[in-house]
Amino acid sequence: MNSKKLTQNKIDIRKIWYYFTRHIDGFLLTFILVLMSVGLMVLYSASGGNIGKVNNQAINIVVALILMWVIANTSMQQIKRIALPIYLIGLALLIGVALFGEIYNGARRWLNIGITRIQPSELMKIAIPLMMAWYFDKYEITLRFRDYIGATLLLIIPVLLILKQPDLGTALLIAASGFYVLFFAGLSWRIIIGLIALGAASLPILWGMMHDYQRQRVMTLLDPTQDPLGAGYHIIQSSIAIGSGGIAGKGWQNGTQTQLDFLPEQSTDFIFAVFSEEFGLIGNTLLLLLYLIIIGRCIVITANASSQFSRLIAGSITLTFFTYIFVNMGMVSGILPVVGVPLPLISYGGTSMVTMLIGFGILMSIHTHPKFIRT
Amino acid sequence: MELRDQPIELQKFRIRLGIGVIFILVLFSILYVRFYYLQITQQDHYSTLAEVNRISILPLVPNRGLIFDRHGKVLAQNYSAYALEITPSKVPDIESTLDELAAFIEITPTDRQRFMKLIKESRRFKSLPIRNRLNETEIATFATNRYRFPGVEIKSRVFRQYPEKELVSHVVGYISRINDKDLDFLELNNELNNYRGSQHIGKIGIEQSYEKQLHGITGFEEVETDAAGRSIRVLSRTLPISGNNLILSLDFGLQEAVEKAFGDRRGALVALDPNNGEILAFVSKPGYDNNLFIGGIDHENWNMLNNSIDRPLNNRALRGVYPPGSTFKPFMALAALELGKRTPEYSMADPGFFSLPGVKHRFRDWKPGGHGRVNLHKSLVVSCDTFYYSLGNDLGIDNMHNFIGQFGLGKKTGIDVENEVSGLLPSSAWKMAQHKQKWYAGDTISAAIGQGYNLTTPLQLAFATMMIANGGKAYAPRFVKQIQNSKTGEITNIPENLLYTANFKPKNLEVIRNALIDVTRPGGTAAKAGANALYTFAGKTGTSQVVRIKQGERYNEKLIDERHRDHAMFIAYAPAESPKIALAVLVENTGTGGSTAAPIARQVFDYYLLGNTPKAEDDSLDDNTEEHDHSH
Repeated sequence: MNSKKLTQNKIDIRKIWYYFTRHIDGFLLTFILVLMSVGLMVLYSASGGNIGKVNNQAINIVVALILMWVIANTSMQQIKRIALPIYLIGLALLIGVALFGEIYNGARRWLNIGITRIQPSELMKIAIPLMMAWYFDKYEITLRFRDYIGATLLLIIPVLLILKQPDLGTALLIAASGFYVLFFAGLSWRIIIGLIALGAASLPILWGMMHDYQRQRVMTLLDPTQDPLGAGYHIIQSSIAIGSGGIAGKGWQNGTQTQLDFLPEQSTDFIFAVFSEEFGLIGNTLLLLLYLIIIGRCIVITANASSQFSRLIAGSITLTFFTYIFVNMGMVSGILPVVGVPLPLISYGGTSMVTMLIGFGILMSIHTHPKFIRT
Repeated sequence: MELRDQPIELQKFRIRLGIGVIFILVLFSILYVRFYYLQITQQDHYSTLAEVNRISILPLVPNRGLIFDRHGKVLAQNYSAYALEITPSKVPDIESTLDELAAFIEITPTDRQRFMKLIKESRRFKSLPIRNRLNETEIATFATNRYRFPGVEIKSRVFRQYPEKELVSHVVGYISRINDKDLDFLELNNELNNYRGSQHIGKIGIEQSYEKQLHGITGFEEVETDAAGRSIRVLSRTLPISGNNLILSLDFGLQEAVEKAFGDRRGALVALDPNNGEILAFVSKPGYDNNLFIGGIDHENWNMLNNSIDRPLNNRALRGVYPPGSTFKPFMALAALELGKRTPEYSMADPGFFSLPGVKHRFRDWKPGGHGRVNLHKSLVVSCDTFYYSLGNDLGIDNMHNFIGQFGLGKKTGIDVENEVSGLLPSSAWKMAQHKQKWYAGDTISAAIGQGYNLTTPLQLAFATMMIANGGKAYAPRFVKQIQNSKTGEITNIPENLLYTANFKPKNLEVIRNALIDVTRPGGTAAKAGANALYTFAGKTGTSQVVRIKQGERYNEKLIDERHRDHAMFIAYAPAESPKIALAVLVENTGTGGSTAAPIARQVFDYYLLGNTPKAEDDSLDDNTEEHDHSH
């Protein structure tokens, strides 16, 4: 009798475990956790052995994982239902920022809502692809040219608001995530090429609209030595860090650039330089491979998604994730201008961690919920 | 309109996904080529840059601005001295190194304890002080033994010092070592770079509120260093810009006079110039030695200050809240005249108590049997309670709240330092929001004589007194009068900040002011303190209740524990015809305003207006006609 009870207990635990994990993609989660561990290790070194910062980040990770779990357990039908409200709230908050936002570092990005300060542009990173996918899904059967125009407007308005804050980095990333939805929704090649041409042609206009500090970043990229104490300092120091790492790196906690405080923002946007200095080209190779594996898994999930809505969302999230990695590494290694973009899953900071894992939660939800077949 | 075919659409989507994959692979390859270029092709170049001829950017810390009183007396200054510093990452065994160092440099257990705490809070590569202010012999002996101690160095540093300690600690505040919370704050404000070499930041008082002015701008030195990190030569140098000096409106002599007049008693005094809101004296007793906090306070001193029953760290003038007691009456009286509830001619018979219609409870006057026939003038001079009980009942709490609110009671005054508290001027809406209870008529009666829910800070009372003195002009109180640019020496005046002007009828104000003058004349509650004054001295006494006296009991000072005795209050200004100074004074646990608080005000005025330095604490003044209003 006793043993019978025991097996029953065992079954119950298994059942609970099953219900707990059935919407989690084990493969994806494993590699996400590997990357996070690497991130914590680099953070420990980057902060000069400050365990407090590592603890903070661990808390950020736990919070983000819980959110990911909640989203993964939400079906796409439910997510689709909240796409419009979330977008409208995000848009209202962005307008709120433009009117009553608080100014830090000369940019108006924060909105004080009584209990806490929030940065609505962060919410839009998820809300815009959701909204655009919802829109295309709604008009899927009767897609006309003017629907693309409608979708573009949904994208352009918030992007312009963010650009005005000014937050060029976030605006460009959000514009990219929206563009990916348009791309997967079948925007014709002629228009894409036309847009690229238009973009190239409007560069001088954009240059005219830029703030001084943004222009300086571009100029500095072309010739970092021109301003070694100001904006060029970041690029010079991070190039030295990466370059001096060589093939095998200087070893964990032994990067001189890092430990002697030459690197700026070494636990947030420039954490990749710390990694590169201490683990060398071998480390970089492994890191790129880890990211590629995660991206590969996301591509598989995207290719198998059943509805138009799921496909567009999954495709956009995957390519946006890649874009973050590319822009961050490109900036740290000196081939892109310095825009404040964190390295996904590695940089110190709760907000980007949460945004990333919400994205992965959506992918897991797409993959693990029963496929909805349209007849 | 074109209808889309599902399978073909899916096919199209997958082709686009394939294009996406190619896009990703191409861009990753570009990144990889860049890494290969930096880490393989250019490795030697960058390694050389990193290891051999490293260019380091060293911060040059600016000197912190000085703080002076209005006559140029130094309240916060800097001095440079030699400090013994240790870089933990370069020292394998800190404990034994400290033991060896102790052989020729004095290191007390307190120093050790503070240093170990510092290590825990700081980065391993930072140089941390173990001893400040080394003397010549210590420097010489260490120099000859230096080779034995890698990672230990003598550095010349600039230190902060507050020469007047307790006397101005609640004004000046202090700086202390930058902690994680400060770093977060600096990061949020994008000031981290400007604090690269700084070790200290203002934590409280003027040092905190004027941090931006005082800190200055950090300079940078670009130096070429060898493999060991020693600098070989300086390539370029951007000099730091010292912080600006602050010239306060505070009169240090007056501050000292207040200190002397208080003696060992606890309390607070705030004196303002009614013509512009300048703070002339700002005392909270007891003070504390703010120098203790600069290098990080040790346990022993911290416990002593923090656990003391006298609470020296508590800034009573800015953050202490007390019922205003009878100092509330002039504001009530003006409300009565302005709102037409009383005329100057009106008088009533005072039987010594007041009862609400149909209620037995008696609100008693402080004087058994009452004051006889009382008009508005007399009600202030003798501080009659009954007059105000009945007036409060006629005005109602919300009229009181709205009218007296114009004097800034229950609100932050807008003083130029942080952490001010707002106190409380009750209203029916407040009670509903706070206690979910309706306002009772009885609540109004005790509120009418400044007790009940009323809570004010000494600063607020001084502010309100200033407005009576200057005819309704609400100047924001301020400590800093001028800012001196450290580079050019140029002095910028900070203009007075008139927040608003309350519209009172001059003839009503005149009635109140005349009564306040008579308070300090024979027959008034502050008659002794006003005796033989060489200027016209206007004021109002008050008593702030600490413990509630039950119905039917009498307040007996001698039977009550000293800390539960009432606080003495006094508000005053002088000379009455053209006021130069307005103040509020509070003396804790000494009973009545007329006997202890008013004499302090007198001494302060004598100093400020006539230049007479007060004698040591004088308790001989005892006024028997003094009120003891505890019936509420």
